[in-house]
Amino acid sequence: MAKFKIHLLVCGGTGCRASESEALFHNLKATISEKGLENEVQVITTGCFGFCEKGPIVKVMPDNTFYTQVTPADAIEIIEEHVIKGRKVQRLLYENPETKEKVVDSKKMGFYRKQLRIALRNCGFIDPENIDEYIGRDGYMALGKCLTELTPEQVIEIMKKSGLRGRGGGGFPAGLKWEITRASKADQKYVVCNADEGDPGAFMDRSILEGDPHSVIEAMAICGYCIDASKGLVYIRAEYPLAIERLKTAIKQAREYGLLGENVLGTGFSFDIELRYGAGAFVCGEETALIHSMEGLRGEPTVKPPFPSVSGYLGKPTNVNNVETFANVPVIINRGAEWFASIGTEKSRGTKVFALAGKINNVGLIEVPMGITLREVIYEIGGGIKDGKEFKAVQTGGPSGGCLTQRHLDTPIDYDNLIAAGSMMGSGGMIVMDEDDCMVSIAKFYLDFTVEESCGRCAPCRIGNKRLIEILEKICKGEGTMDDLDNLRNLSQVIKDTSLCGLGQTSPNPVLSTMENFYEEYIAHVMDKKCPSGQCKSLLQYIIDAENCVGCTACARNCPVNAIIGERKGVHVIDQAVCIKCGACMEKCKFNAVFIK
Amino acid sequence: MEMIKLTIDNKTVEVQKGASILDAAKTVGINIPTLCYLHLHDLNITNKPAGCRVCVVEVKGRRNLAPACVTECTEGMVVNTHNIRVLNSRKTVLELILSDHPTDCLICSKSGNCDLQTLAQEMGIRQIRYQGEQSHYREDTSPAIIRDVDKCIMCRRCEMMCNDVQTVGVLSAVNRGFMSVVAPAFERNLDHSECTYCGQCVAVCPTGALTEVDHTNKVIRALADPSKTVIVQTAPAVRAALGEEFGLEPGTLVTGKMVSALKGLGFDYVFDTDFAADLTIMEEGTELLDRLSRFMNGDKTVKMPILTSCCPGWVNFFEHQFPDMLDIPSTARSPQQMFGSIAKTYFAEKLGIKRENMVVVSIMPCLAKKYECSREEFKVDGNPDVDFAVSTRELAHLIKQANIDFNGLPEEDFDRPLGESTGASVIFGATGGVIEAATRTAYEVFTGKKLEKVDFEQLRGMEWIRRAEVDFDGTPIKIGIAHGLGNARKLLEEIRDGKADFHAIEIMACPGGCIGGGGQPLHHGDSSILKSRTAALYREDAGKPIRKSHENPFIQKLYEEFLGKPCGHKSHHLLHTHYFDKSNPIEVD
Repeated sequence: MAKFKIHLLVCGGTGCRASESEALFHNLKATISEKGLENEVQVITTGCFGFCEKGPIVKVMPDNTFYTQVTPADAIEIIEEHVIKGRKVQRLLYENPETKEKVVDSKKMGFYRKQLRIALRNCGFIDPENIDEYIGRDGYMALGKCLTELTPEQVIEIMKKSGLRGRGGGGFPAGLKWEITRASKADQKYVVCNADEGDPGAFMDRSILEGDPHSVIEAMAICGYCIDASKGLVYIRAEYPLAIERLKTAIKQAREYGLLGENVLGTGFSFDIELRYGAGAFVCGEETALIHSMEGLRGEPTVKPPFPSVSGYLGKPTNVNNVETFANVPVIINRGAEWFASIGTEKSRGTKVFALAGKINNVGLIEVPMGITLREVIYEIGGGIKDGKEFKAVQTGGPSGGCLTQRHLDTPIDYDNLIAAGSMMGSGGMIVMDEDDCMVSIAKFYLDFTVEESCGRCAPCRIGNKRLIEILEKICKGEGTMDDLDNLRNLSQVIKDTSLCGLGQTSPNPVLSTMENFYEEYIAHVMDKKCPSGQCKSLLQYIIDAENCVGCTACARNCPVNAIIGERKGVHVIDQAVCIKCGACMEKCKFNAVFIK
Repeated sequence: MEMIKLTIDNKTVEVQKGASILDAAKTVGINIPTLCYLHLHDLNITNKPAGCRVCVVEVKGRRNLAPACVTECTEGMVVNTHNIRVLNSRKTVLELILSDHPTDCLICSKSGNCDLQTLAQEMGIRQIRYQGEQSHYREDTSPAIIRDVDKCIMCRRCEMMCNDVQTVGVLSAVNRGFMSVVAPAFERNLDHSECTYCGQCVAVCPTGALTEVDHTNKVIRALADPSKTVIVQTAPAVRAALGEEFGLEPGTLVTGKMVSALKGLGFDYVFDTDFAADLTIMEEGTELLDRLSRFMNGDKTVKMPILTSCCPGWVNFFEHQFPDMLDIPSTARSPQQMFGSIAKTYFAEKLGIKRENMVVVSIMPCLAKKYECSREEFKVDGNPDVDFAVSTRELAHLIKQANIDFNGLPEEDFDRPLGESTGASVIFGATGGVIEAATRTAYEVFTGKKLEKVDFEQLRGMEWIRRAEVDFDGTPIKIGIAHGLGNARKLLEEIRDGKADFHAIEIMACPGGCIGGGGQPLHHGDSSILKSRTAALYREDAGKPIRKSHENPFIQKLYEEFLGKPCGHKSHHLLHTHYFDKSNPIEVD
């Protein structure tokens, strides 16, 4: 086996691929062979590095140089300068936004400094399509240990002691779930991996499957051993083609190595995994809906109990965990429950992956220890708010989470604190909003999603969410009344209180939390007919400032609805009754005479 | 059995482990309102998707409210069914449902009989705070059933009936979220689906989303036409249920009042489908005995068992689902069609009128009968043997519109000759009745001996699939009975797999037989009503002077004067039919 002096790790995550990282990979390879360096330098496609804002990423090992925003054209320079001459390509290095200094080592970047990567340990480090690289990083050691040294009960005990809670949103203790499923007696049981990641903007599960599929396979096999299941199913969105491909490759490799299939590692334990594809319904992330979808039925939740642990897929006991939960398992086995439990807070152990998005400088995927504050995440890892604007709120927990504000910035993030603050962990979406965001519109935006994604089974979710969004639309149009605000609050409460599944029980959270934290914005919309952030078009007025207007007629000529009246060289006026608020006049005015009120 | 003790509205309740809060509350006189929930106790049919959320209650220590219909009682549970939180939620949810429901109650055919309307009244809903967009769908009219989908509240009762009980699989929830609705695949019309028109969806629909095609106005017009002789026939199950529409106890027999009312409505002749049921026994029984004796004589070409063919929902079912077995059911037409055929030939001749000037109306507990009478093979030169089939419910409307005080009516007798019937024909309306009637006749014909005891208790009951052996004087005759199409499917699959050794099987599409038909007064989930109707029919049978079809003197006369012999040339032409392969009607476009 060749020993390479230099490894070039190219991010092969979906985000970087979208910015031509595949072409970059091929250019690097071509340049290497052109220079006759095939035996010296190896190029590897890895999973996501997380720092998607600055992608595509290329990492040079062993000197740990972290290049950002690399284009396919940069390949030659990296090879010629860095690889051959040993000079780092300065222009591709990350620049500290405050000091303007170039940073070479990713560990010294604000984005990475406070991160602790457990679930993402191999993402951006190994070639996900090469099982040897996974094994080289202690892969399948945990499975071997469980099968040869530990009884299922002992493994479950480790899982319980580790304090690992479900990372899909519910936060149910994983070890306890395994124990309950183990206790259910049946001729056949199933391990299901929930890879139906549905929160808009969240992509940690995709990243893990793309970057480290073997960790999930290994964990599922361990789970199968614990609960006495010989069959595993991964329910994965069909919109994740790369993750599907890598997972398929990984399963094939694991079978070839005797790590899946009959008689795993010669221990007599048999376990194999199949894929099931989801059509992209958000609610199919709910475990009963997921199971019905796998069974070929309508993707809709049913009442629990019975819990899947007792009666799940095809009526058999089924243990459902999500991708991130599974990704933690092998490390817990290898490093011990005490080690894992030493990270995080009392009731939320370990780390959590968040997808940072919105008005934040460093958009990307991060993994942080539980207990870190929102301030650390937003200002240190996230690099603060874009364009130096004021922080306004952060939405955690996906579309059915809540908006947290300035006063929550120093709250340690864990399952219980987020719920206490009116939001939730969810699957780890974190969307940052600045002063320009209208909180009524934000609530409307999220509800729009849940209205689309409601399965329609229960009345409060099916009709109630629709009515909520209709009231919000009315308010954004300036037609809201104080009664509407009362109705909004009552309806939100009732939907939470009466809906069948988690979707409806949380969908009004954005409304309730914005009403709780930004009630004055609602009042402004309803009483003053004003949108303080200037986002609600119906509440805006385009006005021509008589002082600045020179009567050039540019605005009037460009108005698509002829709403602007005025003589040449005379002051122009916008007829508000006709104006459609398209903004064309403001764009065309060379004298800054058009402003928004 | 483990017992659980809990508190509901400050009352201590003790129930068996596994009981729901809803059931537990009932035992102490607390009726928690429900909407989507349906439980037909005697038939073991349950629908509890927990979708309407009307039955929510507060359980101490639980974060959200609990649906009483599916929440199991636990030891020490403290439940409140009507505190302000519960009432507010219940009313709000109800308002939401109403906000997406047409409020045309005054002209809705379900008005006064609608579970949603009743609930809104009981809950004191006087305004709908949450108004907004309403969902609109195309109305779907088939020969028997109308789907007014705007009125669907997604209770999924029809879906449960169509899929779980009938295994027809036409109706299921489609679309997502606010646009969710129950519909056939690809939102096709019912007449482009495998719908059997059994009407069990209509029988359980809580609103006006599923109703029958209404022919009452056509009947009124025919009655008003002086050039037409209008004849009516009434199916056996109608007399055991019609009284319910006039506030009488379920199981009240109203045969005489019904005849009186029909005469009052202006029908020229009031006849009885029971007469045709006796005729059916003659034909079907003869066919059975013919097949049976050939079979016993070793004729390998004979198909066994013979299956009854009176039930049009069942006929549609096997035409769609078992096209490979079209040669097993009896070729005998149903009593409704035998009646129409005889009326427009034999009786029209007697009256000396043309069939075009005769209108035959049938009063049926059934919606599939509407489709059956529109089948092309039951028309002569485009003129149907039966012009209109109206349901028991429609008849009640006709009577009310004619200002008839039903309960005050005197009892009258059917007209002759097509109104005379035996006890055997009356029990056609209950599951097991047709085969019992056939057995009474077949026994005597087969053995040549007089039947001492005409009651075959082993053929009666509500059990879904019943298997019995009747001793034909030393020859054991194996009989199967199924009601509900899902059970029919089980028996048919047994036959197809060669696992069954029946000689004769009776199948009825509807649970309980015709007494539970899709055109009957609505049972609103009370299955004891079906039992009362069944008991009424057996009562009527027991009170009849003649209880065997072949002893009906008017049937004998009909063969003498007109038909010749059972299964002869003429009766084959007038009283038998053939079946069609209707499989795979769905083409995806």
